[in-house]
Amino acid sequence: MSVLNPLVTNEPPLVQPRRATGVLRQALTLGRTRVGVALLIIVGGIAVFGPLLAPHGPQDYLGLLPNQGASAKALFGTDHLGQDVWSRFLDGGREILLLALAATVIGLVVGVTLGLLAAYTKGFIDDALMRGMDVILAFPSIMLALVAIATLGPSYWLVIVAVGLTNIPRVARITRAAAQPIVERDFVAAAEAIGVPRLRILFVEILPNVLSPLMVEGSLRLTYSIGLIAGLAFLGFTPNPNGADWGVMIQENYVALSVQPWGVVLPVVAIAFLTMATGMIGDGIARAAAGIDRTRSAE
Amino acid sequence: MSTTPHPDPLPRAGEGYLGPAIVVDKLRISMSSGSRTDIVDDVSFEIAPGEVLGLVGESGSGKTTVGLALLGHTRRGVQITGGSVRLGDSDVLKMNDDELAHLRGRVVSYVPQDPAAALNPALRIGTQMREVLEAHNFGAGAEARTQRVAEMMREVALPDDPAYLNRYPHELSGGQQQRVGLAIAFACRPRVIVLDEPTTGLDVTTQAHVLGTVRDLAAAHGVAALYVSHDLAVVGTLAMRVAVMYSGRIVEIGPVLDLFRSAAHPYTERLIFAIPHLTGGRELIGIAGRAPSPGRRPPGCSFAPRCEFVQDRCNAALPELRPIAVGHRVRCVRAEEVRGHMQRQSTNGVHEERASQAAVLTLTNVNAGYRRTTVVHDINIELSRQECLALVGESGSGKTTLARSVAGLHSIRTGDMLLNGVPLANAARNRPREQRRTIQYVFQNPYGSLNPRRTIGHIIRQPLELFGSSKDIDKKVAEMLDRVSLSATYAERYPDQLSGGERQRVAIARALVCDPQVLICDEVTSALDVSVQAAIVDLLASLQRDLGLSMLFVTHNLPLVRSIAQRVAVMSHGRIVELGPVDTILKSPEDAYTRRLLSDTPSLEVALETAESG
Amino acid sequence: MASGPSGSASATVERLTPGGPAAQARPTSAPAVSPIWGFIGRRILLGALVLFLVSIVVFFATQALGDPARAILGRSATPASLAALREQLHLNRPLVEQYLTWLGGLLHGDAGNSLAAQEPVTKLIADHVVNSAFLVLIAGAISIPLSILIGSYAALRRDKAFDVAMSLSTLVFAALPEFVVGIMLVVLFATTVLHVLPGVSIIPPGGKPWDDPTALVLPVLTLVLAVTPYVARIMRASMIEVLESDYVEMARLKGLPERVVITRHALPNALGPTFQVIALNLAYLAGGIIVVEYVFNYGGIGSELRDAVYNHDLPVIQALAMLIAGLYVVLNLLADVATILVTPKLRTRL
Repeated sequence: MSVLNPLVTNEPPLVQPRRATGVLRQALTLGRTRVGVALLIIVGGIAVFGPLLAPHGPQDYLGLLPNQGASAKALFGTDHLGQDVWSRFLDGGREILLLALAATVIGLVVGVTLGLLAAYTKGFIDDALMRGMDVILAFPSIMLALVAIATLGPSYWLVIVAVGLTNIPRVARITRAAAQPIVERDFVAAAEAIGVPRLRILFVEILPNVLSPLMVEGSLRLTYSIGLIAGLAFLGFTPNPNGADWGVMIQENYVALSVQPWGVVLPVVAIAFLTMATGMIGDGIARAAAGIDRTRSAE
Repeated sequence: MSTTPHPDPLPRAGEGYLGPAIVVDKLRISMSSGSRTDIVDDVSFEIAPGEVLGLVGESGSGKTTVGLALLGHTRRGVQITGGSVRLGDSDVLKMNDDELAHLRGRVVSYVPQDPAAALNPALRIGTQMREVLEAHNFGAGAEARTQRVAEMMREVALPDDPAYLNRYPHELSGGQQQRVGLAIAFACRPRVIVLDEPTTGLDVTTQAHVLGTVRDLAAAHGVAALYVSHDLAVVGTLAMRVAVMYSGRIVEIGPVLDLFRSAAHPYTERLIFAIPHLTGGRELIGIAGRAPSPGRRPPGCSFAPRCEFVQDRCNAALPELRPIAVGHRVRCVRAEEVRGHMQRQSTNGVHEERASQAAVLTLTNVNAGYRRTTVVHDINIELSRQECLALVGESGSGKTTLARSVAGLHSIRTGDMLLNGVPLANAARNRPREQRRTIQYVFQNPYGSLNPRRTIGHIIRQPLELFGSSKDIDKKVAEMLDRVSLSATYAERYPDQLSGGERQRVAIARALVCDPQVLICDEVTSALDVSVQAAIVDLLASLQRDLGLSMLFVTHNLPLVRSIAQRVAVMSHGRIVELGPVDTILKSPEDAYTRRLLSDTPSLEVALETAESG
Repeated sequence: MASGPSGSASATVERLTPGGPAAQARPTSAPAVSPIWGFIGRRILLGALVLFLVSIVVFFATQALGDPARAILGRSATPASLAALREQLHLNRPLVEQYLTWLGGLLHGDAGNSLAAQEPVTKLIADHVVNSAFLVLIAGAISIPLSILIGSYAALRRDKAFDVAMSLSTLVFAALPEFVVGIMLVVLFATTVLHVLPGVSIIPPGGKPWDDPTALVLPVLTLVLAVTPYVARIMRASMIEVLESDYVEMARLKGLPERVVITRHALPNALGPTFQVIALNLAYLAGGIIVVEYVFNYGGIGSELRDAVYNHDLPVIQALAMLIAGLYVVLNLLADVATILVTPKLRTRL
C-alpha cells in the first residue's frame, strides 16, 4: 500500500472544458469573427427587414424614365424598367438568403450522415459512398445546377435541391476525413466492446468530436451556396424572373452599367459583404478550434 | 557554405586539456509570451570529455528543453532567459545564427527521440548523412566525404554499400533509423552529444544494441554525452553521473552508484522505489499527486506537497543545491536523513501464491489475425478465478491481438474461447449482454480511451445505463470514483483536465463499475511516467485482491509483472513460448527467447552491481 | 467563389506524416519504376469508370427527367409540334437505346447537332474550346507560381505584416463569388471609377483571343483572383506544418544553413499536398469560366454552355458537360500522379 493517502491534489482545472459553445465563444474574441458577425447582421438585416423599409414596392410604377440617376422619389435612381432601385434592392436579399440556407442545411444533414457512415463502416460501403460522391464532384457545382435547370426549369425546389446536391459530397468528405481518426480512437472501441448501439455511437460518441470542422465547413458551404444561387440568377436562371432578387437585378441592369451603376453596384456590394461575412465567421471558428487544439497538445 | 573553417572553440582531447567539455551555469528558460513563467530554472552541471551524464526526469520536468538548450535551440513559444552554456571560452547562448549553425552538428550534436520523424521522408539516407559533412566542410573533398559516410555506417553496424545508402527512411526499421541518427550525430566527430531518449519505442533487444553503440562511440572518441531519459534503468546502465530534474530544477546530481544506492532527495528515492525490480521482489510504490506545471510552483521546495519528509521550513524558501558527499549535490534541507532512510529500506517479497481455482476463461487452439495473415497461433491457456495472468512480449508478438480477441474487439479468430464454460462469439456485438458485462477492457492510451466531449461522470455511467441497472447510478459512480482514489468532484470534469494517471484511473473505474469477472489490461501503464505507473499497478493489484477479479495483464515490461501477476505467459511471433509462475520464469527461464529478453532488459540492480564490482 | 474546390476525386493519398515508434521495415532494393505504371493504369480505369457514370447521370438528367420537347418548345407548344420534335429527337425510343446511341456517337467524335444552330456540335464548340483553354492556361500560368510564392513567403514570415495582410486578403477573395469580383473590377477599371480597360472582351468571329491583349486583362485577373487565394492558403498551411516538423528541426540542429533547410527539406515536402490543390483549382477554373465569360461576353465554352441552357439545346449541354467532366478527371489523375512522384514513401508501397 502506498505510504501516503493516494488522493490526488485538488489543483484547479488546467484548461477550460471543451464544448462546441466553447469554440464559438473563443471565435468571437477574434477580430475577424466580430467583423464578420457585424457584416452579417447588417446585410442579413437588410435582407430580412428590407421589404418592410422600402419606400416603394419592387414593381411599382413611379412615372420615371428608366436608368435615371438619383432623384427625390428614387434614392439611387431607376432601373431598366423605371422601377426604384433602392426599393428593389431592399427587397432582393430574402430569397437568396433563404434558398442558400435551405441548400446548406440539406448539404449538412445528408452530408454529415453519409460521411459518418462512410468513416465508421469502412470497407465496401465506404467505397461505394465515396464513388457516388466522386460522380457528383466530377462537375463544377454551377454546372450541375445548370444541367438540372436545363431540363426541369428553375423552380424553387429545384434550385434548393440542385445546390444542396453540390454541398452534400463536400460536407461528406470533410466529415469522413474528420471522423476517421476519431473512429480509430479507443473510446469508440470501448463503446463497441460493451455493445452500445451503432446509431448511438455515430451520433453521440463520434459526432460531437467532429463539430469544430463541421461548423467551419457549414459556414463555407453557406458562403458558396449564396454565391452559386446569386450566380445562377445573374446568368438568367431564377425561379422568379420578375421579382427583386439581387442576382436578377445585376443581370438585368448590367447592360446599363456605364450609365446607371447603382442598379448593379448595390446588389453586388451586398452579395460581397454577405459572402465576406460568412467567410470571416468560418475562418474565425477554424482559428479558434485550432488554437484550442494547440494549447491542449502543448501540455 | 563557407570556405574558411570556423575556429574550433575547444582544443582536441588528448592535447593535455583536462577541463570539462561543456559547462552549464544557472540556465533559465521561460515561456516567450504571457506571464513569462520559467519552465527551467537554475540548472548547472558540467560534463568531462568521455563522460556520460544522465539527465533524468518525468514528463514536464524540462529535461528535453535543457538538452536542446545545449545547442542554443528552443522550441516555439519558449526562450532562454538566463545563464550560460560554455564550451571552452565561448558561450553558446551568446552566439548569433551563423555561429550556431557552425556549432551544431560539428561541435555539439543532437540525437532525437523519434528517429522516424527526424529523418526527411523524401530524401535518401545517404543524402541526409552526407549533407552534414558538406555543411561543415568536413574532409578534404567529395571523395573523402564519401569514405567518411561509409565509415560512419560501419561504426554503427549498418551496411555501407551504396544500395543501402539509397534507401528512404521508411525502408528502414526503427532500430536502423536510430542508428542512422547516431551516425549523423557522430559524423563530424563532435565534442559534445545530446541524446534525447533515443531508445523510446524500440524493442528491448534493439535498445540494448543502440545503447551499446552509444557507449562504444562515446568512449572511443572521447565525447562528452548528455543522456536525457525517464528510464532510470537505462541511465543506470549507461551513465557515470546522474542529474535528477523535477519541475524544471535539478534536485540531485551525483555519481551513479552513490545516487542510486543512497539517494539524498526524497523524489529520487521515490523514483527508485517506483521502478519494478526484476530480481528481488519488492512492492511497487508510486508517488501520489502530480508535478506542478510551470507557473504553479508552490513557494519553497517544489516537491513539498508530495513529500513524506516535509516540514514547515520546506515551504518557506527554495532549498539551495548543496554538496552532501564527494561530487554529490542535493536540493533538500533534510538530505542527510533521506540518505540514511534509503539505505535502511529492505527489499521484501510480496508475492502471494493463490490456491488454484476453477477456470474462468479457457482458450483452445485459438488463432487470430487479419484477412491475409495470421498473427496469433495455437494459443491454449486457462485463466483461473481470482488469478492474474500476465501476457508478456515485444511489439509484434501478438499479445494485444490476443487480448482484443478475448474482449471481442478483434473478430477474425478461430478456435474456442469459453467463459465459465459458455462459448464466446468472436465479435463483442454478437455476444449476449451478460458476457459483455463480465469481460471488461482497459486500453493503453489514456488520452484516447475517454471521449473528450463527455464528463467523467457520464463516461463512468455509460456501462451502468447500458447494462440495465438504473437504480442508484449516481451512488455507484461516486463509489467507483472513491475506489480508484479520485474525489467526487471529478465527475463534473472533462478528460482533458485530468493527468494521464488520473485518466487511466477513470478508465479502470469505467471498466469495473458493472462488477465484471474478468478484467483485461492492455499495456495500461506504458504511456505513463514511472511514478504514475507504479501507482496504477498498485491500484490494480489491490482492486484485484479486493474484488476477486481474474485479470489478463498485457505488457512488454517484464519486471513489472512481478508486482501484479501470479503467472506469466511469454509470447513471441504469435506463440506462447513459455508459461508458468512468475518467480520461476523470471529466475530460471527455460526458453531461449525468454532468457534473451531477460538479459537484454536493462535493470538498475544489475547495472549497479556491475558498477560496484568493476 | 461560386463554389469551392473539393478534395480529390479518387486518391487515397496520405498526408506526409512519418510514422511514430519502431515500424518494422520491409527491406527492399532500389525502388522499382514499374509499380507506378500499374498505379497509373488503375487510376485511368477508375477515371474511365467515373466518366462512364457521369455520362449516365448527364444523359438521364437531361433527357430522362422532365420533358425535353416541352422544355424546348415552351408551354404554348401544340401537341403536333411536340410530337414532331419528339420524333426528330428520337425521344420515343427506349431510354437505354437513346443513351447508347448518344454514347456511341460521342466515342466516335459525333456529338449530334445543336438544336438552336442546326449545326454539328463539334464544329460549333471547337473555337470556343480554344478560347476558353487559352484563358484558363494564362490564368493558371499566373496564379500557380504566384500562390506558391505568396503562400511560402507568408509561412516563412509567419505572423508578421505580410502574413497578416495575406491572410486577410485571401480570406476576403476566397469568399467572394467570381462574378462579384469580375463586376467589381469592371466597375473599378472600365465603367465607373476608371476607364482604362475594356468592360467586355468579345472576340469577333474568326478572331483569336490573343488579338487584343487589353481585353484579356480583366477576365484573367478575375480568374486569378478566384484561384490564387485558395491555393496560397493551402500552401501556407502546408509550409507551416512542414516547418514545424521534426525533420526540419533536425536539419537545423545538424547545422545546415537556413537556405538549405528551406529549399531542400521544407519546400519539396510542402509542395506535395499542394499539387492536388493546384490540379483541383485548375479543374475548378473550368467551372469558373462559365460565369466569368458571361460577365465579359467572352466567347468561350462557358458562354456557350450558358446559352445552351437558356435555349434548352440538349446536345450541346451534354457535350460540354462531358467535356468539362473529362477535364476534371484528367486533372485529378495528374494530381494523383504528381503527388506519388513527390512522396517516395507512397511510391515504394505500391
